[in-house]
Amino acid sequence: MTKPIIQLSGVDKFYGDFQALSQIDLDIRTGEFFSLLGPSGCGKTTLLRSIAGFETPSAGSLHIDGKSMDGVPANKRPTNMVFQSYAIFPHMSVAENVAYGLKARRLPKAEIQERVSEAIFMVGLQGFDNRASHALSGGQRQRVALARALVLKPRVLLLDEPLSALDKKMREQMQSELRRLQRAVGITFVLVTHDQEEALTMSDRIAVIFDGKIAQVATPQMLYGMPSSRRVGNFIGMMNFLEAKILGTSGETVEVDVQSLGTLTLPLSQAPGGVEGCQSIGIRPEMLTILAEGQTAEREIEAVVSEVFYYGDMTYYDVTLPQKDAPVTVTMRNTAGRKVLAAGDTARVGWSPVSLLLLQ
Amino acid sequence: MLLISPTLVFTLLMLAVPLIMVLALSFWTQSYLTLDRSFSLENYKTAWTEPMYQYLMARSLKISIFVTALTVLLAYPVAYFISFHVTPKRKAMWIFLITIPFWTSYLMRIFLWKVILGYNGVVNGSLMGLGLIEQPLSFILYNQNAVVLTLAHSWVPFAILPIFVALERVDRSLIEVAEDLGDNWLRRFFRVTLPLSMPGVIAATIIVFIPTIGDYVTPRLVGGPNGLMISNMIELQFKKANNAPLGAALAISAMAIVTCVTLVFVWMNRKFMRGPK
Amino acid sequence: MMRGKGYFFKWYVALFLVFLYAPAILLPVFAFNDSSIVSFPLKGFTTKWFEVLQSTEALHVAVRNSLMIAVTTAIFSTIFGVLAARASTRFAFPARRSIMGFIMLPMVLPEIIIGVSLLVVIIQLGFELSLFTIILGHILICTPFCIAILSSAFMNLDRSLEEASIDLGQTRWNTFWMVLFPLVMPGIVASLLIAFTISLDEFIIAFFLSGTEPTLPVYIWGQLRFPQKLPSLMALGTLLLVLSISLLVLADYFRRRSLKKTGIENSGGFL
Ligand SMILES: Nc1ncnc2c1ncn2[C@@H]1O[C@H](COP(=O)(O)OP(=O)(O)OP(=O)(O)O)[C@@H](O)[C@H]1O
Ligand SMILES: [Mg+2]
Repeated sequence: MTKPIIQLSGVDKFYGDFQALSQIDLDIRTGEFFSLLGPSGCGKTTLLRSIAGFETPSAGSLHIDGKSMDGVPANKRPTNMVFQSYAIFPHMSVAENVAYGLKARRLPKAEIQERVSEAIFMVGLQGFDNRASHALSGGQRQRVALARALVLKPRVLLLDEPLSALDKKMREQMQSELRRLQRAVGITFVLVTHDQEEALTMSDRIAVIFDGKIAQVATPQMLYGMPSSRRVGNFIGMMNFLEAKILGTSGETVEVDVQSLGTLTLPLSQAPGGVEGCQSIGIRPEMLTILAEGQTAEREIEAVVSEVFYYGDMTYYDVTLPQKDAPVTVTMRNTAGRKVLAAGDTARVGWSPVSLLLLQ
Repeated sequence: MLLISPTLVFTLLMLAVPLIMVLALSFWTQSYLTLDRSFSLENYKTAWTEPMYQYLMARSLKISIFVTALTVLLAYPVAYFISFHVTPKRKAMWIFLITIPFWTSYLMRIFLWKVILGYNGVVNGSLMGLGLIEQPLSFILYNQNAVVLTLAHSWVPFAILPIFVALERVDRSLIEVAEDLGDNWLRRFFRVTLPLSMPGVIAATIIVFIPTIGDYVTPRLVGGPNGLMISNMIELQFKKANNAPLGAALAISAMAIVTCVTLVFVWMNRKFMRGPK
Repeated sequence: MMRGKGYFFKWYVALFLVFLYAPAILLPVFAFNDSSIVSFPLKGFTTKWFEVLQSTEALHVAVRNSLMIAVTTAIFSTIFGVLAARASTRFAFPARRSIMGFIMLPMVLPEIIIGVSLLVVIIQLGFELSLFTIILGHILICTPFCIAILSSAFMNLDRSLEEASIDLGQTRWNTFWMVLFPLVMPGIVASLLIAFTISLDEFIIAFFLSGTEPTLPVYIWGQLRFPQKLPSLMALGTLLLVLSISLLVLADYFRRRSLKKTGIENSGGFL
């Protein structure tokens, strides 16, 4: 395991009486693409700005590259930031913007020039050097902001919702470009986003934050497959929940009584957040199947289709299970010859105990 | 806090302290050349009971109210025109056009109204030239009408601006909704546009009302003996009559009246802002 | 229906503009009129009234006084304006609204009140009336206008620009000079020009506070009583009008440039 470049421990941040961050412990590894994901107002920006040096934590410690950042101002930290609004200096050209930080470091002119054109090339803006920066499109501004920060070769690049101001197409393009850039330069990226899809596709690891607290830190696969709580599961992708009662544990297994599904014995590994206090079973919609005639599954349950949402490639079914009021969602890929059911039809829903998660 | 302090200290010294001193002065009395610094309400008694001052105050108030009403009435259609009938690109130019005459020398501007309205002035000259009248009209200069007209001219740009801003803020789709629901232009105007632009109208009213009541030059130049206002009397007390305390009392009284009227407007504004939702 | 309404507004606005511009148009008309009486009918073209101005010594003194006052006022009220605008747009401080309201008060207070109250203070404290006292009064009334102009310049500044500069390794001091200053510079120039123009034309406060040395408007006021002086006053007024409009156009040009620099679409004029 590579050593952490950013270490936060016990970080609190208060705005007056309001606690924006509470007891943040986080290690971000050198060279990884790390995302801070959470709903609006959960404290992502506050955390990022604390790392950048624009906010001072009320308590706790922050180390970057093994050095304490106590009392180190933003302009002395080995981090650079890409602002949500990009903050491109409107009175300077593209090249002047990119050269800004190098000039602050008083590097020789020739070196500045070389590094600036290198950076401009890297983000694909060659030919735009002398363009006035207010005459740029959103995507181009984004690239200038990236070049301006990357040209300084920081240890860490901090990005606050860098893609939120772009339209969908541009956003997707920039997502892969950011990923490519990060691999190419090998700099640690810390990205703030409230878009779970963005976090899943781009990151090596993700920290999910709720109400100023870290809920889970994991790889995208782990986060999706093994959410540590009901709230995380619900926030990342869709998840169905069934009430569950723990009957007892024995060794490596736990016995639970699940609404509609009956009594089951599950391995402890299917309770990623620990068994204690678990009251629900979570299951992803794609782990359920509407069984076609003659098709069988490990387990089956009868249900009534209450609502059908047809998406072309997929069909989403809301089905009502015998002992549950709220419907459960099942997503099915529309394959050739497969019949799309209608509301009111009865369906056999196939499932498997290995895809169940025991959650708080 | 540190940044604001120089400006704040300056304003405190140059505005708050002087106002307090005027207030203090208004409770003192002048006997010939010496100032009696014992507290007395004598000046206020004079200011509020002597018919001459009562009369002047009432006249100032009346003129101000007329000016305000006239100015707002003149301004509204112009603001409406710029907001609704001028292409967005041209709006800035129109606003500029409206404000230019304001930057003519203040004294000359007022004086020229004397030339325009005078016995041999532009208005009489043109009307006689057109054969509409035989004798020059004399009721248009050296009276209150002239003061009202001249003041309205001075302040109309200041009334147009806030009304224009308010009209610009009116969501155009609301007017379209009203049209869609069957209101004709007039009903749409009275039921949607006017109420929504009311904050601008009230701001304009305040902006015009407060300074006009204290105007000094206009009544002196075009008002004649019957068009003088309270500020002329205040000046007289401070200078020629050498009764500064009475002048101070008059000034404070005038300010009190202005403040009361303004507060009523501000209160009305609040009511409008909250709206009948 | 639509057309009728459009016509009504066009005619109304046309008449309104005649009313609005009447004095401003008459000013040059009489300035070039070859008659010592300011009235119709016109007599012929002359530039002699402008020549009279050249040879009037008292006028020159008044102009010099006014220029001195206007320049000083412009500088100081802009400095006060920059401080207040920066404080009010960037920082939160206790009672911000009331403090700003108080500072902006001279904008709506009748000038006679300001004139009278300053006069009282100066007399009570036993100071001499002088050009200096007029400057104090003018700074007081110009500062709110400067704040209004500068606030919009400061408000259009994205706060993250400052942070970006610091993040890129620049010091606070350099950030001010390299980022903030260039972006608000046009606003500062506009503020200087507006304050200068207001001060140059201000009469009431100067009238109350001037001692033996008159400002230009006070001089004009004195001359208005003499009918034979009127034509040359018209010439003077014409010059002042041209000067004011040039300054305003200049100020507006700088304001637009400031908006353009910050990449914001231009909207609205002054005030
Ligand atoms: N300067 C401040 N003063 C007071 N409260 C603040 C301040 N800055 C942020 N907050 C509060 O702290 C909380 C976290 O703010 P933050 O900006 O970090 O949220 P976020 O996760 O970035 O949200 P978003 O996705 O909307 O950007 C919010 O509730 C916000 O209201
Ligand atoms: Mg944020």
